[in-house]
Amino acid sequence: MAAGVGKTFRMLAEGRGERDAGRDVVIGYLEPHGRAETEAQAAGLEQIPPRTVRHRDVAVRELDLPAVLVRAPAVCLIDELAHTNAPGLEHGKRYEDVADVLAAGIDVFSTVNVQHLESLNDQVAELTGVRVRETFPDRVLAGADEVVLVDLTPAALIERLRAGKVYAAERVPAALNGFFRVENLEALREIALRQVAEDVEARRQRELPSRRLDRAVGERLLALVSPHPEAQRIVRRAWRSAQRLGAELDVLIVLGPSPSAAEREQVGAFRRLGALLGAHVLVEQGEDVVAVAARVARERRSTYVLMGAPAPRRGLRRLGEPLTDRLLRALPGVDVRIVADRSGCER
Amino acid sequence: MIEALLGGLVGVVAALLLVLVRRRRAVTPSKRRILFPYVGTQLSPAALDAALRNARVEHATLVPAYLAPVPLTLPLDAPIPGQCTRAFELQEAIERRAAAAGVAVDERIGPGRTVRHALRQLLEQERYDRIVVAAATAHSDGLSAADVAWLLEHAPGEVVVLRPANDAALAPV
Repeated sequence: MAAGVGKTFRMLAEGRGERDAGRDVVIGYLEPHGRAETEAQAAGLEQIPPRTVRHRDVAVRELDLPAVLVRAPAVCLIDELAHTNAPGLEHGKRYEDVADVLAAGIDVFSTVNVQHLESLNDQVAELTGVRVRETFPDRVLAGADEVVLVDLTPAALIERLRAGKVYAAERVPAALNGFFRVENLEALREIALRQVAEDVEARRQRELPSRRLDRAVGERLLALVSPHPEAQRIVRRAWRSAQRLGAELDVLIVLGPSPSAAEREQVGAFRRLGALLGAHVLVEQGEDVVAVAARVARERRSTYVLMGAPAPRRGLRRLGEPLTDRLLRALPGVDVRIVADRSGCER
Repeated sequence: MIEALLGGLVGVVAALLLVLVRRRRAVTPSKRRILFPYVGTQLSPAALDAALRNARVEHATLVPAYLAPVPLTLPLDAPIPGQCTRAFELQEAIERRAAAAGVAVDERIGPGRTVRHALRQLLEQERYDRIVVAAATAHSDGLSAADVAWLLEHAPGEVVVLRPANDAALAPV
């Protein structure tokens, strides 16, 4: 939530719990701020010494990433996820160091204040009048297996501040008149509570699709699209139909063996659109679009297939069976709907 | 006999011309891309037409991006059907206008906590050669002065800011 609520203390407590359960836990980086409670909590846990880097003639303590990777514990505690590293280290930001540690198969416990979250940066600045410079992308938080909110009422936090448990005595008056005003802390607390509630809801939503599929009843639509901008109208039309029917929508993109950069770009755009619509975007590779679409429709128990008008057949292709006929034959009992292109119609 | 042959020849030439004309009018996507972020439920046709003219002159694809603020009560990647419904109505109106102008479009919906956050994410995700934005006026929605200033300071590349004339909002389909 904010500095002084006890994030580092809680991280260390979690680390001690893991160690007591028999896991190999080390402190990768600790920002004790001279707080006696924090130092006491860290006592007894192995700590990888920070490396000292000179930046603008000042000695700066930083996480020793190579040493952490060499030590390779089961769990590493790394404080202050949003921290910006001194120039010349492996990465510019600590969350990038953490990504390397995770990639090495090491679990990481870390800490962060809500105002450092990139998407909330503007809002926090508007609410508190203080622009936080160090931010980290939302995807880092979204990728966490678990998010724990360390909550404290504004009154209790100010009490801790006054008691000298957050900053040294000489910094307390400035803090109380600046960032640590009750209204700021209340706003930050509300944002933090909402953010964690969102995280819980997002995880719940991610678990739902597979369960929904298991009990698939009623209508289920499959939009068959090519990775081109014009195909967006098929998704739009299919989504509207799905809304009316109260049905789930799957969007299937069938790519050839070597998709172009433009096609890959469109797939990314369709994935983002699918997330906003609550649709499931499926990307398959295959030479035969009909065969892939038929397989996916059976797997997803689709009741409708929506597609654009097939391109005019030229040359020898005119001799073959039209794509729509093949699809109808491959999917008996499934409605196939051709979505018209109305963009050229008169307004 | 000769008259019949000439008549047939004229028919064939006319048919060929028709085919050529039809092919010429087909809108093909271009590698150059003009990003056109917009906000709100109303979009100034004057601003859109200016962006389309720009795209047509440069033989570029227009990438209209509806900026969709996501309330804090929802996860940032949560489905936002209400916003999508509004965005789709505008997108279809834009596509019709673009088709009439012979410009290829590649529509987007850019979510974010605020307009500026949505813009920032959009700039990170999209490939573009130029940005065209409409500033808010008393008559139509657009980017606020603060957001335009932010864009001018932070967006890499050329930014064209339009101040639309006093015209009716683009009617959704």
